[in-house]
Amino acid sequence: MSGAHASSTISAEVRHVESLLEARGLLEPGEIDTRIDEFAAKGSPANGARIVARAWTDPGFAERLLADANAAIRELGLSMAGGIQEQRLKVVANGVGADGTEEHHVVVCTLCSCYPIALLGPSPTWYKSEAYRSRVVRDPRGVLREFGLELPDSVAISVWDASAESRYMVLPRRPEGTDGLTEEQLAGLVTRKGLIGTAAV
Amino acid sequence: MADRFAPGDRVRTRSVDVAGHTRLPGYARGAVGTVAEQAGRHPLADERARGRHTEPHPVYHVRFAAADLFGSGDHTVVVELWEDYLVEERG
Repeated sequence: MSGAHASSTISAEVRHVESLLEARGLLEPGEIDTRIDEFAAKGSPANGARIVARAWTDPGFAERLLADANAAIRELGLSMAGGIQEQRLKVVANGVGADGTEEHHVVVCTLCSCYPIALLGPSPTWYKSEAYRSRVVRDPRGVLREFGLELPDSVAISVWDASAESRYMVLPRRPEGTDGLTEEQLAGLVTRKGLIGTAAV
Repeated sequence: MADRFAPGDRVRTRSVDVAGHTRLPGYARGAVGTVAEQAGRHPLADERARGRHTEPHPVYHVRFAAADLFGSGDHTVVVELWEDYLVEERG
């Protein structure tokens, strides 16, 4: 728990528990903040972008990623095991599904702010806002429009609520006219919003 | 304990408002959806929040039609739910 919650009662309570743990030698002073900083430092949307670029250029990898994301990202030296326990990663792909319908996926945590920090870094403020969390499940088309993403009615929208232990990442559609780009250049096209599903890429 | 549900199964979520922590979102209570995928086994968050020991329980991605949750909308919402929240929906 960091000092960022300084005004709240819970912050004082957490600090009290921390100091008790420190007094008993179970934690080094400042250890929790250090651990959080280490965990967050490894997380960056660049990791998610690398995964997407590999999936766009290697269909075999894309298939493995959608079947078992935890195993597939280890091929890129990435892992969901940075926290207390390895979190299950579920990657959902935008594009034309098996039944011919075009699908668009968008991720939310309605209960709190669960997010794949290891792959995307700390979450943006809007992701944690009550407005986003409560509205995107009810009116995703309207919320996406406010993000500047206008989807035709023919596109089926799935909202993924991270209500348990899985963390979700969206695999955006590869943009048109990018055939000549290298994997690294493709990764440069991918945005954090694209990985959450509030942008096309 | 074998997983009770498989992809394609119709399930109904618990409708009672339990006291204390749960990971069944309010908007998805008492709703009928379809199991999309199994999501592994994890200790039940409701029990952990009460400081109790809990064995891993099956978890599922369950897909709901927005119209069934909110009365309108053409999208679907996939919620990740512990087996404890679900009963089989017949017919």
